[in-house]
Amino acid sequence: MSEHKLLLGDEAIALGAIHAGLSGVYAYPGTPSTEITEFIQGHPLARERKIHSRWCTNEKTAMEAALGMSYAGRRALVCMKHVGMNVCADAFVNSAITGVNGGIVVLAADDPSMHSSQNEQDSRFYGKFAMVPILEPSTQQEAYDMMAVAFTMSETLHLPVLMRVVTRLAHSRASVMVQEAKEQNDFKADEGRHWVLLPAIARKQYELLLSKQSELTKLSETSAFNKTEIGAAVGVGIIACGIAYNYVKEARAEGLSGLLKVSQYPLPDAQIKELASRCQKIIVIEDGQPVVEQDVKALLGKDYPIEGRLTGLLPRTGELTPDNVGKALGKPEAKNFEEAKNVVGRPPALCPGCGHRDVYAALNKVAAEYPGARIFGDIGCYTLGALPPFSALASCVDMGASITMAKGAADAGLFPAIAVIGDSTFTHSGMTGLLDAINDRSNITVIISDNLTTAMTGGQDSAGTSKFEAICLGLGVEPEHLHVVVPLPKNMDDITNTIRNEINYNGVSVIIPRRECIQTLNRKLRKQKSEKQ
Amino acid sequence: MKKDIILAGVGGQGILSIATVIGQAATQAGLHLKQAEVHGMSQRGGDVQSNLRLSTEEIYSDLIPQGGADLIIAMEPMEALRYITYLAPDGWVVTSSEPFVNIPNYPEAEALQQEVDALPHVAKLGIEAMAKEIKMPKSSNMILLGMAAPYIEILSAEQLRRAINAIFSKKGEAIVQANISAFDMGYKATLQ
Repeated sequence: MSEHKLLLGDEAIALGAIHAGLSGVYAYPGTPSTEITEFIQGHPLARERKIHSRWCTNEKTAMEAALGMSYAGRRALVCMKHVGMNVCADAFVNSAITGVNGGIVVLAADDPSMHSSQNEQDSRFYGKFAMVPILEPSTQQEAYDMMAVAFTMSETLHLPVLMRVVTRLAHSRASVMVQEAKEQNDFKADEGRHWVLLPAIARKQYELLLSKQSELTKLSETSAFNKTEIGAAVGVGIIACGIAYNYVKEARAEGLSGLLKVSQYPLPDAQIKELASRCQKIIVIEDGQPVVEQDVKALLGKDYPIEGRLTGLLPRTGELTPDNVGKALGKPEAKNFEEAKNVVGRPPALCPGCGHRDVYAALNKVAAEYPGARIFGDIGCYTLGALPPFSALASCVDMGASITMAKGAADAGLFPAIAVIGDSTFTHSGMTGLLDAINDRSNITVIISDNLTTAMTGGQDSAGTSKFEAICLGLGVEPEHLHVVVPLPKNMDDITNTIRNEINYNGVSVIIPRRECIQTLNRKLRKQKSEKQ
Repeated sequence: MKKDIILAGVGGQGILSIATVIGQAATQAGLHLKQAEVHGMSQRGGDVQSNLRLSTEEIYSDLIPQGGADLIIAMEPMEALRYITYLAPDGWVVTSSEPFVNIPNYPEAEALQQEVDALPHVAKLGIEAMAKEIKMPKSSNMILLGMAAPYIEILSAEQLRRAINAIFSKKGEAIVQANISAFDMGYKATLQ
């Protein structure tokens, strides 16, 4: 039985996975990937089948748990935003060496243009690096269809499969034809030794991985996801990857001698050579970084004319749009109105009534008393403390870097070195850094701004809720230098005094301002109200 | 036939709900549909927009090209102007006339209104005030949708009403009725 459903790209991926016989999704929230896991958490069939869907502490624990599920013979999905690939890279790269038992699909959602991210790294590099197949859907339908293919491919090849999407696919809705759900795999623990990556075994496994590469290329060359459309003209050929294909079709470019859509990697070498033989020039159009452009150059030789992001035909940074692709294909600009005069930027801001506001008000007040004070920030809503009116932060780099950067700066003589980190970010990647600081007796003051949720991504459960005091004490924070405060304007004196005292203490202090996120609180109150009615 | 619509507003104003209603109606009508949304950081009081493409033919791009939008529906006048380069020559702007000021450098009100009024095809209405008047402050987005309904053309007002019904039915009959009334209020305002 098949039917049409209106689905976000993320939801199409989630439903595709459920229907492919998924047994567990492992993920840490991150825009634009969050809705995949949320959809599975809310789906009745997932509940009925007891599909694991609880949030993980970070992407590395997620990837490793998925490996365990695969070891036991079942199908697992790992989801993350692109920078999550950095966190799970150790497990991900080695999963190509161990191989898999039950199928594993790793879903990386890239964010070209950095709509909600600190870089626009391209996850396809990770797929190439690990030497595993990569799928890159161009539509929501393809995203759904690919899930079943990916899991089967993973089990046939005994390799994890990477699926790469971008924001505009993840967060765009379209109608998707969905199929009946397949059965889940039975439990069947692996008997093989290939999971034990001692050097002697790892060397063999690495040879095995290398020996599969030509087979992967053949699969790409015969894949239904990679297809060439022949044009009548002689001259320009286009290689369009993932959603780039849509922009090329939208532009209705004339005078093409061929269009190769690439949605499965490694690149289909034979199709590219065949296209090149019929053209005088190839334009490579891909969202993200010029991964394919470089590879096609290597394949066709430096004398073959290739254009793309590296040659300036398309912008080197930022996402593709129908406009920049249209322009690259010679379509005239269709602007009818000039940019409006009375428009200014409207940057996001901390919500009115948010506890982080009170934390920054207090920090700025105390920091003003110390000319050398620096506040090292982290990833979450509270990164907005870097913007006016607070302009409080000296840094924001990656998950957990607030504590470790404050520590390093303190080692170098900076005083006072203050770290601000959210509750979910602290358990994601802050705990190990705090242990370093404690073992070193670093002179830092750590603020764990606890709003009881993972707020930036929409209010997912936070792994450490109600455990922070115990975690800090367990790591070795001295009880007299661990404080919990309630960030409200009426407590301002109490909070500033606590911060001042702990700055003056020469060692590691932790202050936990704790008040529920105003968004999750309002949602809860609305729900209670509607239940009463 | 195609209709490319840009929905614009400030995070939290409810433009995604408008998109959901139009999306539901389009799906029921068997139209092709693509709808790109903004999630994440900008939802914290920043500018948000959604590209909504409806067509009887296959749609390729999730994003609307510049100069291609048939309609801009905005919860806020400056946000309407932000996407003006995307408007087709004969495209319409349907917007709330009330500025949402959450930044220190918001443009001068009169200059902003003049620039909005100078557009060739524009319909504006004080939807927040109307919503307060009927004691439904949360339904101003449905007043705006009602206002825009006659310009959507590819879907009828009745199809949109049925979609509101389907979307809000989980929240109970009172919420459905409130949103339908808000929609009708905006719809009548445009027809008058």
